[in-house]
Amino acid sequence: MFYREAGQFKTNYAADMAVFPILQDKIGIAIILALALVVIPLVGNAFFLSVVMIPFLVFALASIGLNLLTGYTGLLSLGTAGFMGVGAFACYKLTTIFPEVNIIVWIFASGLFSAAVGVFFGLPSLRIKGFYLAVATLAAQFFLQWCFIRIPWLYNYNVSGAIEVPTRTLFGIPVTGPNASPEMRYYVVLGLVILLTWIASNLVHGRIGRSWMAVRDMDIAAELMGIKLLPTKLLAFAVSSFYCGVAGALMVFLWYGGAEPEVFSINQSFLILFMVIIGGLGSLIGSFFGAALIYILPIVLRGAPSLVGLDIGAATVEHLTFMIVGALIIVFLIVEPHGLARLWQTGKQKLRVWPFPY
Amino acid sequence: MDILYSIFIDPFVQMGSAPDLLVQTLWEGLVSGVLYALIALGFVLIFKASGVFNFAQGIMVVFAALTLVGLYEAGVPAILALILTIAVMFLLAVGVERLVLRPLVNQPDIILFMATFGLTYFLIGFGELVFGGNPKVMITDELYLPRGSVEFEMFGGFVSLQKIDITAAIIASVMVAALAVFFQKTRIGRALRAVADSHKAALSVGISLNQIWIIVWFTAGIVALATGIMWGARSEVSFALQIIALKALPVLILGGFTSVPGAIVGGLIIGVGEKLGEFYWGPLVGSGIESWLAYVIALGFLLFRPQGLFGERIIERI
Repeated sequence: MFYREAGQFKTNYAADMAVFPILQDKIGIAIILALALVVIPLVGNAFFLSVVMIPFLVFALASIGLNLLTGYTGLLSLGTAGFMGVGAFACYKLTTIFPEVNIIVWIFASGLFSAAVGVFFGLPSLRIKGFYLAVATLAAQFFLQWCFIRIPWLYNYNVSGAIEVPTRTLFGIPVTGPNASPEMRYYVVLGLVILLTWIASNLVHGRIGRSWMAVRDMDIAAELMGIKLLPTKLLAFAVSSFYCGVAGALMVFLWYGGAEPEVFSINQSFLILFMVIIGGLGSLIGSFFGAALIYILPIVLRGAPSLVGLDIGAATVEHLTFMIVGALIIVFLIVEPHGLARLWQTGKQKLRVWPFPY
Repeated sequence: MDILYSIFIDPFVQMGSAPDLLVQTLWEGLVSGVLYALIALGFVLIFKASGVFNFAQGIMVVFAALTLVGLYEAGVPAILALILTIAVMFLLAVGVERLVLRPLVNQPDIILFMATFGLTYFLIGFGELVFGGNPKVMITDELYLPRGSVEFEMFGGFVSLQKIDITAAIIASVMVAALAVFFQKTRIGRALRAVADSHKAALSVGISLNQIWIIVWFTAGIVALATGIMWGARSEVSFALQIIALKALPVLILGGFTSVPGAIVGGLIIGVGEKLGEFYWGPLVGSGIESWLAYVIALGFLLFRPQGLFGERIIERI
């Protein structure tokens, strides 16, 4: 009814290829941005911001990173948490060595470190693919995690073996450390996520993204068409690891406020892979959906019994949560193997032709 | 120069000067290799027959062992508990086929891979809910498994072998031999290989995919049970065992995803390499390298043979 493209004529190629081709989509994204920028900080309390929204955005960013690699380039990676850890530890080292430089600069710089590590571990991807590559990235995961534990220089020889985030300010307001307000942290995370999502969207719609997708769909054919495989795959690894590194730095600096190496364990990698697959491989909006579902669902499930008035022990709830999440993953895969992003598209299509079935 | 010496020469000097220690380390490596190989075997069986990369194999090991011990603790005699556990693994296979594989037939590999992830989560939650999260002791004596150790005098020192490890090695070899015969010689084995080649072609010549999947998952369940008993007897039955499933991945890489002998040889190489590396080179970098050495060894092999040691050649067509 209200979601119709009737009367909106495209007069040039650029308008036809726009990311949001229909006016209603533009209004929709503006509403979402307004919600995220204005309404949520006003309405949400500190708990909602720091326990739900900030982690959701961090996971969404990491999922975008992995999606660029797995969804767009077709290279399966299980080392996401390792690359996130590189970002976090690099950011920690940089900001403790040069405390006067703005923290935002260091967050981006730590992404570059992560990208370099990603390129190194991406080198085997030219020769191996599929599950074999997944195991190669597992080597990265375990090796990096070992480094975080065994190299004391990385955590400044702290006795606890963990990193403690120092207070850093932006325009005189603390954004990291114990004194930072949830609103301020939320705005910094949101700003970075919006910026990086916009960059990612431009990347995947441009020449680079097309060459990635060509490699994903059939790498031999892509090579015959003149796409150089090694630079393309390594670029995918670099950009993906950059995103993961930034996400890792944000995770430790603006969410946890401190981290042990266990945070970057293999389970974290799997969690992000879940988000990407449940959300939809090769879809940026799917990364947000996946992060929302996989991260927020267990929180809701844990809170549900007490809301309904059931009295179940905490351990039982934890076990049931595991069971339900596992079952839901299977159900989602059966209902829509292409992820939530495909459901979203189907929904939009249905809305477009409503009230007719097709 | 000191560094080069301590990397390239010193470990071998140590090996030469204490051969009994070397033999002991080798043995330890072989034993853990056998157990990795057993887990890898479960992976290979399912991958061969359904193309599913079964991430849930690790939790199946834990689940089988927990069911066995849980039933025994509930008062069921050991042998009956063993039989009941096998029945449970059969039900699991039927359940997986009905609820997971059948609706997901003809989906891309990665989707099936994720589905086994969901299965892993489900089994973790279910296992903890039913049997509790505490580690349990494997009922070694009740299953007539030998305990204690045998000592050999060798090179002027003593090498001690755990009897349970010897048993594990024997059981593993028997199981591998049985599986090899099953795959190569029987009617069902041939059907399994046909399904592995192409689901559609197998269906069109009258092979029931559903039956085959149940058989394969059930076989993998029995392998998981054997692994669970052996591993549980060495340490204890806990959910931490599930992590060991990840160690089976480099084993698979090394041996190739589709090769039963590859899983065994790969397991032994990884086990021995890991233990030797940890014992002789580990102290140089602050130990704990066991956690990633296996993957690096596998990666090294991969660069030269992308399909693994015994894997079928990957032929790509346009």
